[in-house]
Amino acid sequence: MTPEPTAPAFDSDVEAAIRENHPALITYITAGDPSLEDTKAYVEALDRGGSDLIELGLPFSEPIAEGPTIQGAINRALEAGTTPAGFFDLIDDLETDAPLLVMTYYNMILQFGNSEAPCASNSNSEAPRASNSDAASLRNEPTVGPFVERAAEAGLSGIIVPDLPAEEADPLRTACDEHGIDLVFIVAPTTEGERLDRIMSQVSGFAYVQARLGTTGARANVSTATHESLSRLSDYDVPKAVGFGVSEGDHAAEIIEAGADGVIVGSALVDIIADHGAGGAPAADALESKVRELKRGAVRGGDATTDEEQPEPEHP
Amino acid sequence: MSNGTFDGYGGRHVPEPLLEPLEQLAGAYDDIATDDEFQTDLRGLLEAFAGRPTPLYHASNLSERYDAEIYLKREDLLHGGAHKINNALGQALLAKRAGRDRLIAETGAGQHGTATAMVGALLDLETEIYMGKKDVERQEMNVFRMRLMGAEVNEVTRGGEGLADAVDAALEDFAKNVDDTHYLVGSVVGPDPFPRMVRDFQSVIGEEAREQIRERTGELPDAAVACVGGGSNAIGLFHAFREDDVAFYGAEGGGDGADSSKHAAPLANGTDDVIHGMKTRVIDNDVDVHSVSAGLDYPGVGPEHAMFRAVGRCEYQGVTDEEALAAFRELSETEGIIPALESSHAIARAIQLAEDGEHETILVNLSGRGDKDMETAASKFEL
Repeated sequence: MTPEPTAPAFDSDVEAAIRENHPALITYITAGDPSLEDTKAYVEALDRGGSDLIELGLPFSEPIAEGPTIQGAINRALEAGTTPAGFFDLIDDLETDAPLLVMTYYNMILQFGNSEAPCASNSNSEAPRASNSDAASLRNEPTVGPFVERAAEAGLSGIIVPDLPAEEADPLRTACDEHGIDLVFIVAPTTEGERLDRIMSQVSGFAYVQARLGTTGARANVSTATHESLSRLSDYDVPKAVGFGVSEGDHAAEIIEAGADGVIVGSALVDIIADHGAGGAPAADALESKVRELKRGAVRGGDATTDEEQPEPEHP
Repeated sequence: MSNGTFDGYGGRHVPEPLLEPLEQLAGAYDDIATDDEFQTDLRGLLEAFAGRPTPLYHASNLSERYDAEIYLKREDLLHGGAHKINNALGQALLAKRAGRDRLIAETGAGQHGTATAMVGALLDLETEIYMGKKDVERQEMNVFRMRLMGAEVNEVTRGGEGLADAVDAALEDFAKNVDDTHYLVGSVVGPDPFPRMVRDFQSVIGEEAREQIRERTGELPDAAVACVGGGSNAIGLFHAFREDDVAFYGAEGGGDGADSSKHAAPLANGTDDVIHGMKTRVIDNDVDVHSVSAGLDYPGVGPEHAMFRAVGRCEYQGVTDEEALAAFRELSETEGIIPALESSHAIARAIQLAEDGEHETILVNLSGRGDKDMETAASKFEL
């Protein structure tokens, strides 16, 4: 032990937040639902309530991985005029104990690159007139660099892209490495064999374990697929957090008991935001107390496993 | 082509839970669709049920007016009134062979939903159609048609209650029910294998047209023209001519014009991006996707078209609402054929090419009939 602060125990803030706060609670809300000002207050409430990591959705109009609840949030955020620029301004302003991640679709990352790149974005006023015989390449390669650079500058610790398969992830993985940001991948109940290996070779921070087939949304009970998924992943070193369908403290307890390092809750929180309509303090209070319930559940589940497993030592 | 890409476009940009089902579907497609018995059965249904082959019609009045030889491939005469049935039959037969007993589909104006309902009834498959609430209200007749043929029409009330929301709802259903359900995608869009599978099922259009025009004129056409929304009728026409010295022209939904903020022309005025599971050309996020024809009203396009554009094989251009409506009227008056508003974009582009005088023989895919567009026509032309 050296007296001065040294390199952190973990390579990544995200992994550290999970390991050091084991069992971890990861919360999600959509940025801009119902406004970016409200989001700021809500994120602070999630942080106060005991979230160990906070995912913020950057809204995209074609969210193919989401169920109706989060689609509704995304639509409200888009109607409120949420843009990547506004989103990053919000992140610039936020000061939380919990590291922040952005969850968005690959389109948003590429479009940000298109609009930032010096000559990539164009209206192609000449291109459409090119004749059939003109073999010149009319391709304008979009780039992921500008988005990752801006994310790092704003202080984001990680990125989750539900429609980016590991096979296509090399450019984003490289950019994230350059800027010291984690890239989280989702593992489904159907993911196994070669594809699982490929995902686990690309993932950093944590593996997002999807509890069941289908899209996001709060459900009544915890799936047995969770147990199977966790046992399939037990040989991999990265922390595992389980999401999709977690809405109550008891779910959180059950998932941690099944061997997860963390639980992810989104739709249940988005529901609270939707129920409070225009936002304000009551919504923030309700979020904070829901987060406390969920964190208590996770800890309860962790206590049940302490006989077999020694938890990570607490860091101050 | 490897990994389901077209020179870098396409691929499978989908959430992880959909990858395994897509892999299975690709495997089933490769095994079953190449099978002689499958091809014989499909051919039989295309003839007896759908009405193939469709005629190649020399539009003599239009040809005379513009001093060119204009030929129309009459997909509008198919059962259901559009080329959609070619693909619906192929995929439904595949689903049946692969042991699926349920079909789902998204639909905008209701044309693809109607085609899916037809084949669902024919092959005795439970059929559920996702359709935005707004579209359900606008397209009542198609909703009645689908229900009459036994399909369940599921009103999608989320989001903007339109086609994109119907796609989301159908994908959600597919992800949950992959074991017994086939998602019958309506165009050459989405993740692999859909773009190549739908292309193969639509290629019958060009294969027939190539034979027919050679029989008729002794040679190949100078140009082939089709409208492009998702792009299935265009790929279907082009594919058989891809190695030939035939110029390709794709007419996109130009909306209010190429420089406006309302169009549906991602090839002519978009950027490389990812949408609905594929890397392709997409309109910019600050453009409102808009076309007078519901079938072209789509922010992306099939990835094979993105490739054709990138390598310069096909020229894509937006045809404005106004130009398309003029062509709609002109073909009705000169030939006694009422084209679909989608196909009217191709007619408009063919007329422009004839006026330019660069090509002598022009083959146009008349992909659908205009009966469904009578209300729009009546309001635009004060009929």
